[in-house]
Amino acid sequence: MGIRSYIITRILLTIPTLLLLLSMVFIIMRILPGDPVALHFEKKADPETMEAMRRVLGLDKPLWEQYVNYLGGLVDVGYFLEHGYPNLGKSMQTFEEVGGQIFSAFPATLELAIYSMIIASVIGILLGVISSKSYNSFLDHLIRGSAIVTYAVPVFFLGIIFQLIFGVYLGWLPTGQRIDPNISPPATITGLYTIDSLLEGNLVKFFESLKALILPSLTLGIILSGIFVRLTRTNMLETLRLDFIPAAKARGLKESTVTYGYALRNAFLPILTMMGLQFAMLLGGAILTETTFSWPGLGRYIVQRINFRDYTAIQGAVVMFGLFVTLVSLIVDILYAYFDPRIRL
Amino acid sequence: MSKAEIKRRILGRLIPGLTSLAKKGPSGWMIILGIVIVSALVIMTLFAPWLAPYNPRSLVGPIRAPPSLQFPMGTNHLGQDMLSRILCGGSIMLQVSALSVLVCFLIGVPLGLFSSYVGGIFDRTMSLVIDAVYAFPSLVIAIAVAAMLGTGVVNMALSIAVVYIPSYFRIVRSQVLSIKELTYVEAARAAGAKWHTILFRYVFPNVIPSIVVVASINFADAVLTAAGLTFIGLGVRIDIPDWGWDLTSGRALIASGAWWVIAFPGLMIILLALGFTLIGDGLSELLNPKLQR
Amino acid sequence: MPIIEIDSLTVDYRASRGTIRAVGDVSFRLEKGETLGLAGESGSGKSTLGLSIMRLVPYPGVIVKGQIKIVGTDILKLPEHEMRSVRGKKVAYIFQDPMTSLNPVKSIGAHFVELIRTHEPNTNKEEALGRAKNILNVLGILPERINDYPHQFSGGMRQRIMIGLAIALNPDLVIADEPTTALDVIVQAKILDLLKSLRDTYGMALILITHDLSIVLERCDKIIVMYAGQLVEQAKSIDIQEKPMHPYTQGLLRSIPNIELADQRLEAIPGNPPDLLNLPKGCRFNPRCPYGMEYCYKETPLIDLGRGHLVRCFLYGG
Repeated sequence: MGIRSYIITRILLTIPTLLLLLSMVFIIMRILPGDPVALHFEKKADPETMEAMRRVLGLDKPLWEQYVNYLGGLVDVGYFLEHGYPNLGKSMQTFEEVGGQIFSAFPATLELAIYSMIIASVIGILLGVISSKSYNSFLDHLIRGSAIVTYAVPVFFLGIIFQLIFGVYLGWLPTGQRIDPNISPPATITGLYTIDSLLEGNLVKFFESLKALILPSLTLGIILSGIFVRLTRTNMLETLRLDFIPAAKARGLKESTVTYGYALRNAFLPILTMMGLQFAMLLGGAILTETTFSWPGLGRYIVQRINFRDYTAIQGAVVMFGLFVTLVSLIVDILYAYFDPRIRL
Repeated sequence: MSKAEIKRRILGRLIPGLTSLAKKGPSGWMIILGIVIVSALVIMTLFAPWLAPYNPRSLVGPIRAPPSLQFPMGTNHLGQDMLSRILCGGSIMLQVSALSVLVCFLIGVPLGLFSSYVGGIFDRTMSLVIDAVYAFPSLVIAIAVAAMLGTGVVNMALSIAVVYIPSYFRIVRSQVLSIKELTYVEAARAAGAKWHTILFRYVFPNVIPSIVVVASINFADAVLTAAGLTFIGLGVRIDIPDWGWDLTSGRALIASGAWWVIAFPGLMIILLALGFTLIGDGLSELLNPKLQR
Repeated sequence: MPIIEIDSLTVDYRASRGTIRAVGDVSFRLEKGETLGLAGESGSGKSTLGLSIMRLVPYPGVIVKGQIKIVGTDILKLPEHEMRSVRGKKVAYIFQDPMTSLNPVKSIGAHFVELIRTHEPNTNKEEALGRAKNILNVLGILPERINDYPHQFSGGMRQRIMIGLAIALNPDLVIADEPTTALDVIVQAKILDLLKSLRDTYGMALILITHDLSIVLERCDKIIVMYAGQLVEQAKSIDIQEKPMHPYTQGLLRSIPNIELADQRLEAIPGNPPDLLNLPKGCRFNPRCPYGMEYCYKETPLIDLGRGHLVRCFLYGG
């Protein structure tokens, strides 16, 4: 099948997965403990207040009706066009539209995730290649060892250490905002400060927002890189053993061409898939990183909502995470098909 | 059997086992190192009440005192001795991770065995559901579940368990699927063996090695996730000494430069997670030529 | 000037269990346009010999001593970047398994363009592609398939592509390492014929490495038989066929099945090739040799019988 039909099939397959995901979230948030409203008030409010809240939030309706409304809200195109974000319910704390809050918080997380992923894969792939080329040497063991250790480090621990060293002791980098509070953020086009400032042509804002991004994305990126190092190394070792490698050398090709154009390009596909899978891990780490650095993203949002016991908001945020992960895995699968001619043809 | 007899028997199995592991090269050393680290930490936690110089909850010293002879790891913002807190602080983490691994194992493995053996629509549906959970960011699920269940050791363990059940399910399933069609299983079937006999006597023993690998990694992840949940505020009650809690509360002190309040708890968490990771990775490397991941 | 002149080449594999002498003191030379058949069992050192000429002996192999002169230049003394320009351009190597010798993510056109532009950087892409298409023509492959990927070709066609890559820059010497082992018999003959016709057209020297003596008897000018890393017999092809001297060569020839004989028993050489870590003292073939004498336990010399016929056996002197 050509790549177009593959894409279509793959998109169609996403629908049942998505449905499953959404139902799963619903089950956890509604059916598990029982009454989110009661939990919200920690049983300290009187029944009338609780009933009133239920009515406003639509939680007094029978469960199946809530389920239908829940799913319906997400595909409510009219609502989306009207508000600019999907219907994810109302906050228990402020009764604002959760969708709005989530959509304004999300771009910060996206930006963090992208830069972290870039750092993680660049570090990971480079170290993995170096490690595989110097097989069994001290360097190889050193790199492998550090990859294992980085995996065991709690991401917020590393974050705190970085804040301590770079933020407090050395005072080099800012801790806690996306951009120096004295500078106004760039006009929102993508929501990603670095891109938006470039689009605006404002280099000062670009560098300031980049500066703020360094510590959090470095933290998350380093922790994540461990897995890439090991995966790249394993795949490279396997690939370097294949016949077309000495055959390429026998044609007089340069060592770097063989390493990157032949070995890495063939070993790359599983790494790409891993990148997609790792996005899920990334979001988990993002929650902790954002909390550590007070980064105003979806992760910090969810933690704040937990403190306020705002269960509808938590549900909305979890749904948002799920949607994002599904989208990323879809993109990765399509890219995979693009890179491997064997799948397409 | 006398105590000496028991000791001799255990050592008799242990020493040759360890030496043969050591001979297997770097993977073997990783496993041994991992076991050493984990055992040391477990023993430390078990004997903590006797080892600790002070009561970890008592206010015994000045606030935020740096490490000294009297308080080798310093004191925290309340004046509690950090060393004592470190010695006692592993208990919650170990309990939570052990419990979650147990739950995962008890649910994930039989489910995986059963589903893959039965096959058909049941298996396909089950796999779809499990894959959906698997793809989800683990901390997010743990947060969602923990938010609803509340704090406490059991609830934390359950929240974490939900996240990792798919790992067991998937590895068991892939193993079973590859073994299912092997001749000796067919032979057993042809000889009239009942399905549960086949499952538990033929299929299961082959699956055990990969389960052990998953369990070790699971342990490491559980420790880290538990720390993460505590950091967010979904951990356990405040008064029990816990590395995760110390790390979280210590965060407020970084501005004052009291690095010892976060460094030591953090290092302990790293050590514990590292120990389990070493075991898991070493094992999977050893088993890799025989199995496929 | 001989195209290739090898003098006392010795290659060891230094493994943790011990050192294996894969190639021991081998010397020969080839003139322009000559074909050499290098025959021997697995472990005889023939592939290692071939790879040494390319300086591509895999780790833990080391070229311990000797000289390899390609058109007068001792390539063992060249720095790596100069050796790289020799590979593919002056000497080309065809690997055994065509199924895995091509880069799966590159089209075959890309393989050719990369090869041509690595050695002749001033060639532009269109020119390179044009040359590639011409070569495909010679190989018997439709030039329109230039943009196809390796997995779209059969084994036989992939081997042709490998051959095409080998001759693309008109090398002085081509080494073909068991080029037909991975292919079926019919395709085998076609590939060997292709090699022959290319040799006739381009005039390069050819070393054909194989374990099947019958393949090289007809098609090569000279034949070298190797056993356990040593050169045991070297002669013109006719002389090997009519007057094989070394007991091992004789055994090999006897074991080739003759299609014309009706009720033929397959004659194998008794015994097994030696463990290279535990070689017998003296002549390595001694344990399996029907003529074993006492002084076969001494280091066996290479005897020159004239007409370019060399034998390593005490039966003929020493």
